[in-house]
Amino acid sequence: MPHLFALNDDHRAITDMAQTFAREKIAPHALDWDERKHFPVDVLREAAALGMGGIYTREDIGGSGLSRLDATLIFEALARGCPTVAAYLSIHNMCAWMIDRFGDAAQREKWGPALCSMDRLASYCLTEPAAGSDAAAIKMKARRDGDFYVLDGVKQFISGAGVSDLYVIMARTSDEGARGLTAFVVEKDRLSFGANEKKMGWNAQPTRQVICEDCRIPVANRLGEEGQGFRIAMAGLDGGRLNIAACSLGGAAAALDKAVAYMGERQAFGKKLDTFQALQFRLADMAIDLEASRTFLWRAASALDAKTPDATALCAMAKKFVTDACFSVANDALQLHGGYGYLADYGIEKIVRDLRVHQILEGSNEIMRLIVARHLIESRS
Amino acid sequence: MHFVVCIKQVPDSAQIRVHPVTNTIMRQGVPTIINPYDLFSLEEALRWRDKVGGEVTVLTMGPPMAADSLRKALTIGADRAVLLTDRFFAGSDTLATSFALSAALQKISDTFGKIDIVFCGKQTIDGDTAQVGPGIAKRLNLEQITYVSAVNEVNGDNGTVTLERRSEGGVQVLKTNLPAMITMLEGSNTVRRGRIDDALRAARAQIVTWSAKDAGIEDVTKCGLRGSPTVVKKVFAPTPRAEKAALVELGETPRDSAEALIEAIFAKTPKIEDDLVKLASGF
Ligand SMILES: Cc1cc2nc3c(=O)[nH]c(=O)nc-3n(C[C@H](O)[C@H](O)[C@H](O)COP(=O)(O)OP(=O)(O)OC[C@H]3O[C@@H](n4cnc5c(N)ncnc54)[C@H](O)[C@@H]3O)c2cc1C
Ligand SMILES: Cc1cc2nc3c(=O)[nH]c(=O)nc-3n(C[C@H](O)[C@H](O)[C@H](O)COP(=O)(O)OP(=O)(O)OC[C@H]3O[C@@H](n4cnc5c(N)ncnc54)[C@H](O)[C@@H]3O)c2cc1C
Repeated sequence: MPHLFALNDDHRAITDMAQTFAREKIAPHALDWDERKHFPVDVLREAAALGMGGIYTREDIGGSGLSRLDATLIFEALARGCPTVAAYLSIHNMCAWMIDRFGDAAQREKWGPALCSMDRLASYCLTEPAAGSDAAAIKMKARRDGDFYVLDGVKQFISGAGVSDLYVIMARTSDEGARGLTAFVVEKDRLSFGANEKKMGWNAQPTRQVICEDCRIPVANRLGEEGQGFRIAMAGLDGGRLNIAACSLGGAAAALDKAVAYMGERQAFGKKLDTFQALQFRLADMAIDLEASRTFLWRAASALDAKTPDATALCAMAKKFVTDACFSVANDALQLHGGYGYLADYGIEKIVRDLRVHQILEGSNEIMRLIVARHLIESRS
Repeated sequence: MHFVVCIKQVPDSAQIRVHPVTNTIMRQGVPTIINPYDLFSLEEALRWRDKVGGEVTVLTMGPPMAADSLRKALTIGADRAVLLTDRFFAGSDTLATSFALSAALQKISDTFGKIDIVFCGKQTIDGDTAQVGPGIAKRLNLEQITYVSAVNEVNGDNGTVTLERRSEGGVQVLKTNLPAMITMLEGSNTVRRGRIDDALRAARAQIVTWSAKDAGIEDVTKCGLRGSPTVVKKVFAPTPRAEKAALVELGETPRDSAEALIEAIFAKTPKIEDDLVKLASGF
C-alpha cells in the first residue's frame, strides 16, 4: 500500500529548490519591498531562470512541464519568503499556461519562451469596475474590423499592470452573456494604465487599471475561438486558485514559525509564553489548521492533475478553506506576538495584510461557495 | 574533457560548538553542508565543462549519508556522482583519505573516461589540513597547483591549463600540462543554482556507490584508522585572550610607524626588548 500523502523524491527536490531560493533571494528583502512598494522583477527573472516562470507549461516552449501538485509545493515554498511575490508569479504562470493550453502553434512559439524565461511578464485581465464576481457581466468591447479587433473599455485591479508586457484580456465579442466573451493577448504598447492603487497589502506588486482605447490588435492575437473567453478564463482560474491558496499556506507557515520562535523567548508573568497552556493550545490549533489546509490543497491539486469531474469544485473548496484558515493562522500569530506583532519590523502584520486579499481575489470566497453549491445541486441524482 | 571534483561533507561550522567540559566537537544535530571551498571548485569545473564540453563527476568518501551532498552537487549541475563508502574507511586521516580517493579516481578514470583535471577545495572547514589534494596529486602523479583563484584556460588540443594562483604578495599566472590536480580558493566564482530539471535529475539519479573492494583497494590496512598514522591528541576551544588590543598611530613614514609599533611592544613587554638586545650583542 503506497503511503498516500507522502511526498516522493521529486517533490522533495522541487520543494527544497524553491525553499532555498525563497530563503536566500526573497525573504531577506520582503519587508523592504513591501515598504518601498518595490516590484522585484529581477528576482522574478532569477526564479524563471530556474524554471519557475512556466512551472506547468509544456517543455517545448521552455516550460518545466510539472504538475499542479508540484506547483502548489513551489508556491507554498516561495510564499514563505513573501506571499505577494509568490502570488504575482502565480498569476504569471497562469497566463503562461493559458497561452500554452489554448494558443495555436504560432502563438505558443511567439510568446511561450519569453514568458517562461520571464523576459516578458504577463497579467490576467478579467475584472472590470462594474464586473467583479459576476464575470459574465463584462462590458469591454472587442469589435472585429477586417484582420483586426478593436478593444474598448477598462479592466480594474489588474496585478502587474503597467509593468507586465503581455495582457491576457477577456472582452466581449457578442451580447450573449458568458458565451459572448473572447480572450485576447495584448501587448503593453497598445494599452494605457491607471495609477498604482494604494492598498492594504500586496505592495510588492502593482495593481492598476488597464485601459483599452481604440486598441487595435491583429486577429492573430485572439486566444482560442470567439466565445471561448469565459471558459478559458475559468480554466486558468482552477489552477490559479490552487496557487493562491498555496501562497496563503506559505505565508501562514512562516507566521506560525515566527510565533513558535517568539514564544520561546518572550516572558510574561515570569514565564516564557510557550509555557502557558492556553497559548500552547492556540499553537496546536494553528498547526492543525495548517496541516488540514495542506492536505486538502494537495488533494484538490491532484484532482486537477487527474482532470476528475469534481476538480473545479474541489479547487473552489480548497481555495475557500485554505485562504480562510491560513488568514486566521496568520492573524493568531500576530496576536501571539502582542503589541510587537502590530509593528512592521516583526514581519507578522505584513503577512496578515498580504493574506487578506487571497479571500477576495481569483473569485471571492463567497463565489467559491457558489461554485461548490452549484456543483452539489447539479450533481444531485 | 573529464573533470572530477572531490567534495567533502562537513558539519556546518557556523552551527558547531565545542563541548565546554569534554572539549570534544559536538556534532550531534548539526546540519551538514558541502565544504564551501568544494562548491567553488564544482562551479569552476561546471563552467569549463559548459565551455569546452565534457563531463563533471563528483566524488566523496564518507558515510552513506554523504550521498545527500552528492545529490546537492548533482542539483547544481554535476553529471555523475560517486560515493566511496565502507566501514574500512572510518577514522581516515589525510594519508588514508588521499589513498582511498586516489584509488577511486583511478577507477573513475578507467570506468568513465580519462580524467583531465581533479578539482579539490583549498582545504576543509572541519579538518583544515589542506593536505588531501596534494596527497592525491602525488599518488596519481598529476601536475599540482594549489591556491587557485581563477582558471583562465583549459586547452584540450595541446593538453594544458592556464590559471591564477594566489601566492604571498601577488598572483602567479601559471600554465601546466594535463592531467592536473588543482585546489581552489573561496570566492573565486559565483556558485550557480540548480534549475528545477536539475533538481529532478538529481532526485532520480543513481549514485554510483563503491566499497573499498569495488574501488580496487586490496590492502585495506592502508585505509581508515589502521592506515592513519595521525592521531588527534586533543581538540579544544582556545580561551579568549584577556589582554586588550592597542592602537598605534600611523607615523609620517612607514619607518616612523614601525618604530612607534616597536616602542609600544617594548613598553608593554620589556622582556622582548631585553632578549633582542642580548641577541644583538651576540649572547
Ligand atoms: C489586490 C487585488 C489584485 C487583483 N488582481 C486581479 C487581476 O490580476 N486580474 C483580475 O481580473 N482581477 C483582479 N482582482 C479583482 C478581484 O478578482 C475582484 O476584486 C474579485 O473578483 C471581487 O470582485 P469585486 O471586487 O468586483 O467585488 P463584488 O463582485 O462587487 O463583490 C462584493 C462582495 O459581494 C460578494 N458577492 C458578490 N456576488 C455574490 C453572490 N452572488 N453571492 C454572494 N456574495 C456575493 C463578494 O464575495 C464580495 O464580498 C484583484 C483584486 C485585488 C484587490
Ligand atoms: C574532529 C576531528 C577529529 C579527527 N580525528 C582524527 C583521528 O582521530 N585520526 C585521524 O587520522 N584523523 C582525524 N581527523 C582528520 C580527518 O580524517 C580529516 O578531516 C580527513 O583526513 C580529511 O582531511 P581534511 O579535512 O583536512 O581535508 P583537506 O585536505 O583540508 O581537504 C582538501 C580537499 O580535499 C578534498 N577532500 C577531503 N576529504 C575528502 C573526502 N572525504 N572525500 C572527498 N574529497 C575530500 C576536498 O576537495 C577538500 O576540499 C579528524 C578531523 C576532525 C575534524
